[in-house]
Amino acid sequence: MRTSDSLRKTYGETLVELGKDNKSIVMLEADLGNSTMSSLFGSAYPERYFQMGIAEQNMASVAAGLSLAGKIPFINSFAVFARGRAYDQIRSSVAIAKLNVKICGSSAGLSDYGDGKTHQSIDDIALMQVLPNMTVLSPCDAIETEKMTKAMVECNGPVYLRINRNDLSLVTDPKADYKIGQMTEMVKGKDVVVFATGVMVQQSIQAAKILEKEGISLRVVNVSTIKPLDVTALQSYCEGVKGIVTAEEHSIFGGLGSAVCSALSMKRLPIEVLGIQDSFGTSAENYSILLKHYGLESEDVAKKVRAVLSAN
Amino acid sequence: MKYSQEQIIELKRKAIQIRANILEMIPPGKVGHLGGSSSIADVMAALYFHTMEVNPSDPKDPKRDRLIMSKGHAVLVQYACLVELGYFGREELAKVKTLEGMLQGHPDMDKTPGIEAVTGSLGQGLSVALGLALGLRLDKLPNRVYAIVGDGEQAEGQIWEAVMAAHGFKANNLTAIVDFNGLQATSTTKEIFPIENLVGKWSSFGWNVIEIDGHDMVQILDALEEAKAFTEGPSVILAHTVKGKCFPFAEGKAKYHNASMTEEEYKEAWVCIENLKREVEA
Repeated sequence: MRTSDSLRKTYGETLVELGKDNKSIVMLEADLGNSTMSSLFGSAYPERYFQMGIAEQNMASVAAGLSLAGKIPFINSFAVFARGRAYDQIRSSVAIAKLNVKICGSSAGLSDYGDGKTHQSIDDIALMQVLPNMTVLSPCDAIETEKMTKAMVECNGPVYLRINRNDLSLVTDPKADYKIGQMTEMVKGKDVVVFATGVMVQQSIQAAKILEKEGISLRVVNVSTIKPLDVTALQSYCEGVKGIVTAEEHSIFGGLGSAVCSALSMKRLPIEVLGIQDSFGTSAENYSILLKHYGLESEDVAKKVRAVLSAN
Repeated sequence: MKYSQEQIIELKRKAIQIRANILEMIPPGKVGHLGGSSSIADVMAALYFHTMEVNPSDPKDPKRDRLIMSKGHAVLVQYACLVELGYFGREELAKVKTLEGMLQGHPDMDKTPGIEAVTGSLGQGLSVALGLALGLRLDKLPNRVYAIVGDGEQAEGQIWEAVMAAHGFKANNLTAIVDFNGLQATSTTKEIFPIENLVGKWSSFGWNVIEIDGHDMVQILDALEEAKAFTEGPSVILAHTVKGKCFPFAEGKAKYHNASMTEEEYKEAWVCIENLKREVEA
C-alpha cells in the first residue's frame, strides 16, 4: 500500500509488497539503491537482491540470464545509466530476445537537478521506444507508479519505466482500473487537446485552469504508456478540437511529441511539440528552476495552446 | 585412465563430423566464420557429446545444462553440434543465413531450438551465463552453465565486469572457456590489443584457471571435470587452439575469420575430413 507521494519510494515499496508472494521477482542494483529505492527490496529479500556494483552493462546482461532462468529481474539505476550505459546490452541481450526484463530508469528527466547534464535523462524515451518489443512507461504520480509496477510484473516482456526523483502532486484516480497502454482524460475540454506525460501532466492541468479564464477549453490527456501508443484512443481524443499540443520533460526529438506526430500525420491538424530543445541539461538549485529554464511550466503549455489556435 | 579408448575415439569422430557439418553450411562462395568455428570444435564435441546434460527431444528441459556462445559469430559450430543431436533437420544446414532458414548469422533463441540466448554483440554472453547461473542457484538446481568466449573478445570491458561479479557471487556452477586461437577479425590478438597473461588476469580476479591444449580430447575432458569439481567459485578453461584447425589452408590465418572458400579450398577441406576419418579409425 502506497505510503507517500514519492514515485521512487512507491516503486520500491510496491516491489517489496509484490515480492512477498511472487518469489520470481529479483532486483539488480548498480550502487544507487538508496536513490532508486531498490534497497527496500534488498532489506526485505536479501537472497533475491543482486548488488552489481557500478557495472551497468554486466547488470543488464545478467538480468537477461536471470530471466532465461525464469526470474522476473528488475534492473535499477539512474535513467541515464540504466538505459544509456547499457544500451547495447538492453538491445541485444534483452530486447531482441524479448526477455522478461524490467528496467527502472530512476531520477529521469531533469529531476536530478543538482547533478547536471551528465545525470539528467532527456533522451531515454527516444532510445527505448526505438527498440522493437520494448514497452515504455512514464507515470505522472505515485498512484500511477504503484499500478504500473504491478502491471509490469504481470506482463511478459521487456519494459522500461521512467520515474521522477521528486515528489509530484497526486492527480490520478486511485480507484480507477489500470492497464498498460491506456491513456486517461484528466481534464475535459473541446478547443485543443494536450497529450502530456510525466510531470507535464500536472503542468498541463494547471494550463487548463489558466486558459479557462481566457475562454479556451483545454482537454488534457495523460499518455503514460509511450509505447505501444494507443493510436485509436489518440485519434478519438482529437475529435472536434482545433489543434494538438504534446508536452514532455524530454528532448523534442524521439519522445512523446515525435510519436504523436507520426501517429497523427494524416490528421491535418496543427500540432505544437513542447519539450526540451536540442540541448543537454544543467545544474540548478532546485527542480522548479529547471522546469522554468527549459520552458516546461504551465504557462509554456498555455502558450503552445494559444499558438495552435492562432494557426487556424 | 578415466575415459575408455572407445569414448575418446567416439568424441574424435564427433569432432570430425562437426567440422564436416560446418563445411556443409558454407559451400564455395558463401561467407562464414570457418576459422573461429573450427578452433573450438573439439571443445564443443566434448561439451555436447560428453559433459553436458542435453535433451534434444525437449530443448527446454529444465534439467539441461546451458551453453552460451558469447563469441556468437562462431555459431556455425554450435549448429553443427545441434544438428548432430537432432535439434533440427539436416536440411537446415544449407539454409543457414537465408531468409527462410532457422539458422541465423548469430545465435537467436527465438529461431533455433537448442540456442539459449541472443548473442553476437561481443562481451555480453559471459554476463548472460552468469545471470543464468545465479537464477539456477536460486532455484537450487544442479545444472551447470558454460560460456564460450573468444580471445579477441577479452578486449570488451564487460567481460571483466562479469569476471569480477562471478567471483563476487562465487558462481561455482559457471565455467567459461576461452577459445585462445590468437587471431581475430583482422590480425593477431597480439597486434590488435594487449591481452597477454590471461592466466594471471583471470586468476588475479579470483577464478580457478585451467590451461589446456584445446585440441587434445583428454585434456579437454579433464579440464571440464576439474571445473565441475571446483566448488569455491567459477572456473575458466584457457584452451589454446588453432584458428581454422584441421584445414591447413586456413590454419592460423586471420583471413578465414569470416570468408568464403574457393572451389579448390573447399575440395581440399573435404579431403582433410576424409583423411581425419581414416586417421581416427586407424
